[in-house]
Amino acid sequence: MAKITYVEFNGTEHTVEVKPGLSVMEGAIRNNIPGIDADCGGACACATCHVFVDPAWTEKVGGPSAMEESMLDFADGVQPNSRLSCQIKVRDELDGLIVKTPENQH
Amino acid sequence: MSGTDGRVVIVGAGHAGGTAAAFLRQFGWTGEIVLIGDEPLIPYHRPPLSKAWLKGEADEESLALRPADFYGEQALALRLNEQVARIDTAAHAVILSHGERVAYDRLILATGARARPLAVPGVGLQNVFSLRSAADAEGIKRALGIGRRIAIIGGGYIGLEVAASARALGAEVTVIEREARLLARVASEPLSRFFEAYHRARGVRFELGAQVAALDGTGAVEAVHLSDGRALACDAALIGVGALPNEELAREAGLTCENGVVVDEAARTSDPHIYAIGDMSCRPIALYGRRHRLESVPNAIEQARQAASDLCGKPAPAPEVPWFWSDQYDLKLQIAGLAFDVDRLVLRGDLDEARFAVFHLDARNHVQAVEAVNAPAEFMAGRQLIQQRKQVAPEKLRDMSVSMKAVAAG
Ligand SMILES: Cc1cc2nc3c(=O)[nH]c(=O)nc-3n(C[C@H](O)[C@H](O)[C@H](O)COP(=O)(O)OP(=O)(O)OC[C@H]3O[C@@H](n4cnc5c(N)ncnc54)[C@H](O)[C@@H]3O)c2cc1C
Ligand code: FES
Repeated sequence: MAKITYVEFNGTEHTVEVKPGLSVMEGAIRNNIPGIDADCGGACACATCHVFVDPAWTEKVGGPSAMEESMLDFADGVQPNSRLSCQIKVRDELDGLIVKTPENQH
Repeated sequence: MSGTDGRVVIVGAGHAGGTAAAFLRQFGWTGEIVLIGDEPLIPYHRPPLSKAWLKGEADEESLALRPADFYGEQALALRLNEQVARIDTAAHAVILSHGERVAYDRLILATGARARPLAVPGVGLQNVFSLRSAADAEGIKRALGIGRRIAIIGGGYIGLEVAASARALGAEVTVIEREARLLARVASEPLSRFFEAYHRARGVRFELGAQVAALDGTGAVEAVHLSDGRALACDAALIGVGALPNEELAREAGLTCENGVVVDEAARTSDPHIYAIGDMSCRPIALYGRRHRLESVPNAIEQARQAASDLCGKPAPAPEVPWFWSDQYDLKLQIAGLAFDVDRLVLRGDLDEARFAVFHLDARNHVQAVEAVNAPAEFMAGRQLIQQRKQVAPEKLRDMSVSMKAVAAG
């Protein structure tokens, strides 16, 4: 299990255990954590699972694929540390990961 | 009932119903939430049924919207295998098929849609399927395999997705479509032609402009007879000719229905205690100044959010641009908007490279809809342009040397 902390736009923190192999998006959905909508269920088609990866973790998490990057380019409030959380697979090395959710996914 | 402590009953434990239950808790509903569904499974994703799941690339656990223990943790009373037979609007209760009454303070109807039946002889034969539920998909999966011949009646999204999945499983596929082109009601002509060519190149056969007269066989289906007298031999048939809203409960309860239960922008029906969401509802779409019945996951989620926000006294969520996706082979199709009042089409990109977008513009060059194939930037920018009602310059839109960012910036 990896501990993942989701920080809502208003600062509320949710720390949960997520099984390696699941995505960071699935970790949020399974725990009913607000701020990640995931309309397409992880098909990389909607960009409503946008998160900001904590700067201390960006290197370990890695960068987006070309497809993901094109989606992110048009997401609201995109930053260099933006990722689509359905495209981040949880691994043991990501134990402790912190991601922030944007004000709005739409 | 005061504030958020009453009992909400949700009829239909599908994508809309399951999502509404989760949002109600997320938004602070403290009262009881009862989710009643007539399927044996906890709420699940239907899109993979014609895609990853059919190909054996997804299991029951990954199909589930939320894991099984979610419902207990969130104090959501999930009643599966139970059908609601009637709504007693005067007494504020639903009546289950075995007679039990379940009282409600507020009711959310989320009964979805069902496959439109095909009125020809032989549809009751074995191995004749429609595809709406996991149980349907299970049957189709068993009937497919290397060398098996499947006739797909209806060249819509579900039919074409099953065609792609069936080819991946080594089955022989013929798609029979009444119209002269595929996706006739839901896609532009260039997109239809592109999909047809792509499927043909992967071994799918098409009968376009063909009318099915009957299915026949002894026990299981063996052939599809066309009205021109020809018979196509097959081992299985899928009927994919659209869906009808499950609105009978609502209609019998006296709610206003018109191709689905008529609702407002907060998903409220004509009864002040009842909401309706998802495929069964006919909703206003502010951007187009129209009412429409949408059949898509994003719509189910948007309306679940509207109803839950309204119930919990939260501000109404901002209106969204309707959108949809479909996966076939290595193609990712993303569609935003609705093709109302379209004056012309602008093609951006290259059909031969399977990377392009078709923009639908109205007479004043507003983007009404975009169909993007392996073109996520065009989809995302298009969705933004639709939302902003911004005019675009068609010559820039057509020009691949002008980035979508630059087009969107105007
Ligand atoms: C094969 C397939 C592929 C799809 N692919 C896509 C896609 O790629 N992208 C996309 O956006 N959308 C797709 N869709 C559409 C999407 O799945 C639907 O729009 C969505 O499921 C609608 O949610 P809903 O809750 O309104 O209906 P449903 O998910 O159908 O749920 C309704 C539920 O209510 C139950 N019910 C009905 N009547 C009663 C009753 N009287 N009592 C109790 N329960 C009742 C039904 O059995 C069902 O379980 C696809 C659909 C199918 C079938
Ligand atoms: S869930 Fe849709 S892109 Fe991540």
